[in-house]
Formats: sequence, C-alpha cells, structure tokens
Amino acid sequence: MSARVSIGLAAAGVVALFAALWLGPTPLANPFAGDEATRTIVWEIRFPRALVAWIVGAALGLTGAALQGLLRNPLADAGVLGLSGFAALGAVLAFAFGVATLAPLGAILFAFAAALVVTMLGWRTRGPASLVLIGVGLSSFAGGLIALALNLAPNPGALSDLVNWTLGSVEGRSMEHVLLAGGLLLAGAALIFAAGRGLQALTLGEEAAAAIGANLTRTRTLVVLGAAACTGGATAAAGVIGFVGIAAPHLVRALAGHDPARLLLPSALAGGALLVSADIVVRLLPTDAELKLGVAAALIGGPVFALIAARLASRGGDQ
Amino acid sequence: MSLSLQNASVDLGARRVLDGVSITITPGEVVALLGPNGAGKTTLMRAGLGLTPLAEGAARLGGDDPSRLSPRQRALKAAYLPQRPQAIWPLAVEALVALGRYAHGAAPERLSPPDQAAVDAALAACALAPLRKRRMDELSGGEKARAHLARALAQAAPLLVLDEPTAGLDPAQALGVADIVRAQAGAGRAVLLSTHDIALALRAADRFVVLRAGRVLAEGGADVLTPDVLEAAYGRKARLERLDGAPVVLFE
Repeated sequence: MSARVSIGLAAAGVVALFAALWLGPTPLANPFAGDEATRTIVWEIRFPRALVAWIVGAALGLTGAALQGLLRNPLADAGVLGLSGFAALGAVLAFAFGVATLAPLGAILFAFAAALVVTMLGWRTRGPASLVLIGVGLSSFAGGLIALALNLAPNPGALSDLVNWTLGSVEGRSMEHVLLAGGLLLAGAALIFAAGRGLQALTLGEEAAAAIGANLTRTRTLVVLGAAACTGGATAAAGVIGFVGIAAPHLVRALAGHDPARLLLPSALAGGALLVSADIVVRLLPTDAELKLGVAAALIGGPVFALIAARLASRGGDQ
Repeated sequence: MSLSLQNASVDLGARRVLDGVSITITPGEVVALLGPNGAGKTTLMRAGLGLTPLAEGAARLGGDDPSRLSPRQRALKAAYLPQRPQAIWPLAVEALVALGRYAHGAAPERLSPPDQAAVDAALAACALAPLRKRRMDELSGGEKARAHLARALAQAAPLLVLDEPTAGLDPAQALGVADIVRAQAGAGRAVLLSTHDIALALRAADRFVVLRAGRVLAEGGADVLTPDVLEAAYGRKARLERLDGAPVVLFE
C-alpha cells in the first residue's frame, strides 16, 4: 500500500516539475525549444527554482513525519516547533555579519540546537498542545533574536533583503542552491530512515518501546541530527516555509495508514509535490510583486493546522 | 529464565519505594504481586528488569545483571507489559502485535516465517485472529488490552512481566487473561503479574508476594493470603471464602 502511494506521489512530483517548466508569467509554447531565450528561462530560471522547491518541500515533509513519530504528536513540524526559525536565525547572523558563505552551516547548527531543545522539552509533554506551545515560545524567541541581529548588523543595507528572505521564497534560486539543499536532504534522509524502526516502536509509548528492544537514545539522536540537516538545508536555500511538514504527513496518513516508518518516504514525496505546486500557483497569481512562497504555504497550511488541532482537541487528545 | 531480586531497595528522590525485597520467579510458575496502590509493585517489576536503578541489593535476570543488558538483549529475555499500554498511532492489530518481534529483527511489514508464526500464535492465544486487520482505535477496551498482551506474547521471551494486565476489564475478559497466563506458564515461561483482583490472582498464580510500603509482607502459596495479611496490606478487615470451590475475597 505504502509503495503504491509513494509511486503515485513521486509521479505527482515529476508532473509538477514538468508543469513548472511550462507555466509562469512568460507563457512558453514549448519549454524544450532550442532558442536562447527559452533555454535561459527554462533551464537557468524555472528548472533550478522548481527543483529547489521540490527539495525544500521534501526535506520539510520528511522532517515533519520524523518529528511527529519521535514526539508522538501529529502537530510536530519544523516550522511550528521553531527549528525553521532558528535555522533562519543562524543564516541571518551569517549574512548580517558579512560571512554569507557560512549561512548554511549557521542554519544547520541553529536548527540542531532548536531540535535538541524541543525534543528534550517535548519528550515528556502529555498532549499536542503543550508541545506546540513550546514551539511557539522557541519561534518567537528566534524571531526576536533575528530582529535583534538585524538591528545590530554592521551592514544595514542588506536588511530589507534579509527580512524578505526570512518570509520564504525560491525566487531566483540557482543550481548552487539545488546542490546545497539536495545534499543536506540526502544526508538528513539517511539519518532519519535509519531511525524508522525506532519510530515504529515508539507507537507503543516510550516505556514499551524500550521494552520491545528499541534503543531510544539512538532513535532520538538520528532524528534530531536528520531534522537539523534537512531543516538547515531547506531554510538556507529558501528561508522559512511553514506547515509543509504538517500537511504532507497528514495527507499521507489518509492514503497509506499511520505506521510512522512507512510514512517517511511518502511524506517527503508529498512535501516535494505540494511545494512545487504551490510555487507554480504563486508564479501564476497576477500580483504586482510576487507573493512569497512561505506566505502562500502559511495561507494554505495555517487552516489545515488549525483543523487538525481542533479535531485532536475534540477527540480528547489535547490533555 | 529466572528472575530474582536479593535484598533490593529503590529510592525515588529521597523516598525509599522498595525496601530490602528478595523474591525469585522460576520457569513454569506464575507469581502474583499483590498490595495496595503505591506499595511498590511496578517499581519491583522495573527493578527486576533493570529499568529502575537499585540503591542497594542485586537483580538477576537469567544469570545477568539486567541493568547492564542492551534494550534488545533484555527484550529477548523478558517481555514487559507496562500499566496502561498505549497505541499512539492507530495501527492494525496485527501490526501492533508484530512490534513484539522487534528484538528479533523483524519489521512489521516484512515478517519472516518464524516471526509470522509467533504473531499468529499470539493473536490466536488472545482470541484476536478475527480482529487482526482492525485498527486499534476501533477496538473496545478489553480488545485493546488483549492486543497489548498479544504483543508481549509475540515477543516469545522466556519471562513475562505483566503490570496489571486486567485493569479495566470485565470479569469474563479478566478470566480470559488469567487463562492465557496459565497457558504461558504451562508452556514453560515464568510469569510475574501484578493485580488488584485477588480472586483472579488465586486462579492464575502459583505463588503470591504481598507488598506494603515497599516491603514484602507475605510470600508463599495461597495459604499466605490470610485475613490478617490482607488487613495489614489493604487496611481493611477481609475474609477469604470459597463459593462452589472458587475463591472469593470479601472486604468489610
């Protein structure tokens, strides 16, 4: 079942990637035409942009599924829990202080710190609500620190660019970003997939998972490192994009069931397809200035998040 | 596989919750842990499995110090069913039971023939075969409890440690669990179970350990469950009667 869902979602991602080559503010009859203008638009602008969107969506979808399994909480997500906010802080610090080449490293390190804090605080929280509150606290803290860093930055000229960047976008991304986010996605995915069986065991709760033989320290370490790599890479490439990590696993559960290990791959594939599609919509909207992808994701994902939270609360899961 | 504690004490913070307890459980026998809430039953089980550190004394699980075992080594020696077991994600019953094969290296979606046989046997023992495809959130309380018990049985460990496996079950379901436990002992496993249902314990167990405030109040066969011991344990006058051969405990 989960294999068929994965194939379907991979196909959806490929279709969305092709559509992204065709569709855009400049209509193209044939994106594979040989003329210079078409080649530039398609292969230097649209293709890297769409690929970055797919990679970022996949990284966030995978991170969401892994964090939900680890924390046994369907509202866990890199954005909601503050990993993305901290990753952005790490990158902003590097940009603002003139060492832009260290931005990806800063994003990963700060995402790692946030993942560590949130899993330590969230490990024993009872209901989804308290975990989300921890995330709200961390996100606000990261937002405050970003503002502080921008205020103290020695190079205020780049400020508006940076603020824009934290809103989340894949506009103007190049193959360099593809390699960066893609490499980190691969590394993060390797770590997270290695934790799959531990996540499965955690279905029984912490105590019984250990009793059936799961090494929970190993599972936690793998997920925290994997989530940091995926979120760090995604945020360094595209800024803060929220809710993909909630929407993708939620969608996949309806198709492939609830087993946390078998959710990982389809959630990544769903996240990729979702974000490429959202980016196509953003590019086609007839607005003067292009709507930020992070804003669009929040417009779609915010209500989905509220809906899941309300449903959990009505089921008494919010204790 | 035998489990033993020698003079074991456990501290939680500044409080001594287990105080100089010595017990042994050997293969083929069912030992029931009795005592009021907070007597130290769960702590004793966890200490025996090496999940709670001992302040004093020693634990032995089949010749090893259980606190030095890896989670996997421990799971191959002992199956532990905690109080109030959880199924956080609504897996199918057979997938949940298959998690019992974790330490044997099996993923629930790719079971080897021996793993599948163990899962099938556990489902059959708990009368869950017809419900195997159902989701956990579609089961009644009794069915859920049986599914978690089946998970522990599927582990096929020589020692079974069951913390209040009949809590919240109706009398018929609870008796069903007692029969399952007896059958496991009949197959040569050692079973340690805690319960508040003394009549059920009398039906299922060979030996009884009565705890109060972290100490062993009485230990032995059914004859140790005297009115005096029960009153000392639970703080209420008690009578033990037989009704058509079945034991009944009456508290005043």
